[in-house]
Amino acid sequence: MAKPKLGLYWAASCGGCEIAVLDIHEKILDVAAAFDIVFWPVALDFKYSDVRAMEDKSIDLCLFNGSIRNSENAEIAHMMRAKSKVLVAFGSCALEGGIPGLANLTTKDAIWNYVYKESPSTVTKNGGTYPQTHSMMPEGSIDIPEMWETVKSLDQVVDVDYYVPGCPPQPEQIWGVIEYILSGKPLPAKGAVLGATDKTCCDECLRERKEKKLKKFFRPFEIQTDPNECLLDQGIVCMGPATRSGCGALCTKANVPCRGCYGPPPNVTDQGAKMVSALSSIIDAQDPQEIESILDQIVDPMGTFYRFSLAHSILRRVEKS
Amino acid sequence: MRQIKIDPITRLEGHGKIDIFLNDDGEVANTYFQIPELRGFEQFCVGRPVEELPRITTRICGVCPEAHHMASAKACDAVFHVDPPPTAKKLRQLLYNVFFAGDHTLHFYALGGPDFIVGPTAPAAERNILGVVKKVGLEVGGKVIEMRKRTQEVLKTLGGKQTHQVTSLPGGVSKGITSEEAKHIEEHCLWFVEFGKFTLQAFNDIVLKNQQYVDLILSDAFSHKTYYMGLVDEQNRVNFYDGKVRVVDPDGKEFVKYSPSEYLENIAEEVEPWTYLKFPFLKKVGWKGLVDGKDSGVYRATPLSRLNASDGMPTPLAQAEYEKMYSTLGGKPVHATLATHWARVIELLSAAEMALDLVRDPEITGTNIRTIPTEIPTEGVGIVEAPRGTLTHHYTTDAKGMVTKVNLIVGTTNNYAPISMSINKAARGLIKKGQEVTEGTLNMIEMAFRAYDPCFGCATHALPGRRPFILRIRDKDGEILKEINRC
Repeated sequence: MAKPKLGLYWAASCGGCEIAVLDIHEKILDVAAAFDIVFWPVALDFKYSDVRAMEDKSIDLCLFNGSIRNSENAEIAHMMRAKSKVLVAFGSCALEGGIPGLANLTTKDAIWNYVYKESPSTVTKNGGTYPQTHSMMPEGSIDIPEMWETVKSLDQVVDVDYYVPGCPPQPEQIWGVIEYILSGKPLPAKGAVLGATDKTCCDECLRERKEKKLKKFFRPFEIQTDPNECLLDQGIVCMGPATRSGCGALCTKANVPCRGCYGPPPNVTDQGAKMVSALSSIIDAQDPQEIESILDQIVDPMGTFYRFSLAHSILRRVEKS
Repeated sequence: MRQIKIDPITRLEGHGKIDIFLNDDGEVANTYFQIPELRGFEQFCVGRPVEELPRITTRICGVCPEAHHMASAKACDAVFHVDPPPTAKKLRQLLYNVFFAGDHTLHFYALGGPDFIVGPTAPAAERNILGVVKKVGLEVGGKVIEMRKRTQEVLKTLGGKQTHQVTSLPGGVSKGITSEEAKHIEEHCLWFVEFGKFTLQAFNDIVLKNQQYVDLILSDAFSHKTYYMGLVDEQNRVNFYDGKVRVVDPDGKEFVKYSPSEYLENIAEEVEPWTYLKFPFLKKVGWKGLVDGKDSGVYRATPLSRLNASDGMPTPLAQAEYEKMYSTLGGKPVHATLATHWARVIELLSAAEMALDLVRDPEITGTNIRTIPTEIPTEGVGIVEAPRGTLTHHYTTDAKGMVTKVNLIVGTTNNYAPISMSINKAARGLIKKGQEVTEGTLNMIEMAFRAYDPCFGCATHALPGRRPFILRIRDKDGEILKEINRC
């Protein structure tokens, strides 16, 4: 019997998802043995033209990481969708925009203005130069893709079958997903989140949580924290209650707060809104003004509560007034 | 005019693309190396609390998040005018050197290595890590996998996560290590040193004993006389984590030595409309375009540049290899781009030795790991050596430590001009009038940039070194004369 065909691709991402796949170490040789890897730009030599030449639905499984940030990312997302039976949004960026999605707090104009004009090391001549998608050089023309105004998740551009969360997904979880698929067991219902559990990060955290009521919040650099007590109980904003479990609570083990990279827990669409509700239940005040002044101690709620999920949240993008 | 399009070669936080234009005689008229993506970190970091930047900027690069984590943490220390306790600094440096050893391993065996181990013109399907394993045997292949496994384990212990570390924060680190953990890491470090020695031996046996490779390394097509940059300690020895940035001129003479806070007096960036990436250059020399020589502000920041810019290595075994390299290649500085591979494995050994020294330092298990900042935050610059070049993070904040400005000059970006030049020169040297452009030729052009271990290979850098590759040769009307599909 022919081996199942596997494709892996990155769009607007950092490469950390590829490293996470490699971090299954010697098992990568098992993957190479079990699958016919037909596309993996990071590792093997297949080209876009090879994939274009394939029949539709001829790739059994495609793990797609990275957000959709420009015309080229979108073009390849459409191609991989057409060629793949099962398309998996792999890692935070593909799932929910990830950290590149924080660009939805600003505009393309503002980014370009800073990068190509205002930055202190940039040479600005004749009012500045911006990149052009199409350039006529003395020898001929050359092109680059068009950067989009808004960062999107993969499922905002094409139909997605499954989701593997994490920034990056943890290697043991990746192996679990691959093993499951190789076992030949029936695939879960479309839209399922794989490589994670149905609880919150707090359920995996070893720290003791007493759900203390708070009047004061601290920033991580301001205080020494107790290694055994819940960070939120100590006034450090920790995204644990609004984050799906699956990583093994690595950040709180390292004595720093969770930032929510595994995305919202089951049945929650908006991670930021979930965090606001988690916080409002632990504020030690009744008076609305006092509640507000306590919450005001949390600097940058937008960039903290939506650190990874802004592009896929109810807000999607936020224009500063 | 004919146009050869190499699209995509890979990505830099996206993808890279090369256009080669041939004149009617079939000689190279010009080449363009374009970076087609921009994610805008500098802009969307504005408004964030500065202490979060070591956890946000890691996502610039998932292959070298450690470099951004450290440059960012050092910039944060400077913003808060705080000096981390010695144990914290040593823990950061231990993490950083272990990372360097692992990262250089990946490049040597999986990216740059296949060109030498399997051969530059070997069938493309074999020019990858699996081909390397086939050629050198499972035992050696297993060693490489084990090296990665061990380094990743140490990075997880020290950094909290093996990718996208979380433990550095303004004034220190969030967690220390126990003496048992230190003992365990020490065993790994001993293994890393052995692996470093083994790798240098492999380089010697596979590359240096092959006259064809030595000729290739020393050939004019792969050479540029540029300025060289690298971080050095007080004795001008290579240091990856700390020190001053030293720049030497194409003759190897010190041109400038600057502190992180002085980088803007020394570095500026030129914008070209045909690419998303800017071209950094030495401000005091000036931008003369994509040319080498003393009058051009183009500089390189690579493993070879670091060795060229230093007076030696900080550890004994690596120092001996440093001396051997320069005596073999005819003294300092070395301009041969492909010698960067040699410099890289010397650095691998040095990083392993450094890590071993650090983990054996009694202070490494100290419990004073944080200085709580008390001063009002303002502005700060943090510089480390990323494996692919000098990495600068510059932050300005308001009085509450909320970021108002971020400027980043990233490892590979330093090398954008020289990589473009290396591609151009290799193409001119290798594509000859009347000769067919073969896949082997194209791979050798790729070798010109692969030596830089560029971060547009951020991910490329992770396993076997070949990318999807479409090459079309067109006539001047745009008609396709020939299409080469490389696999």
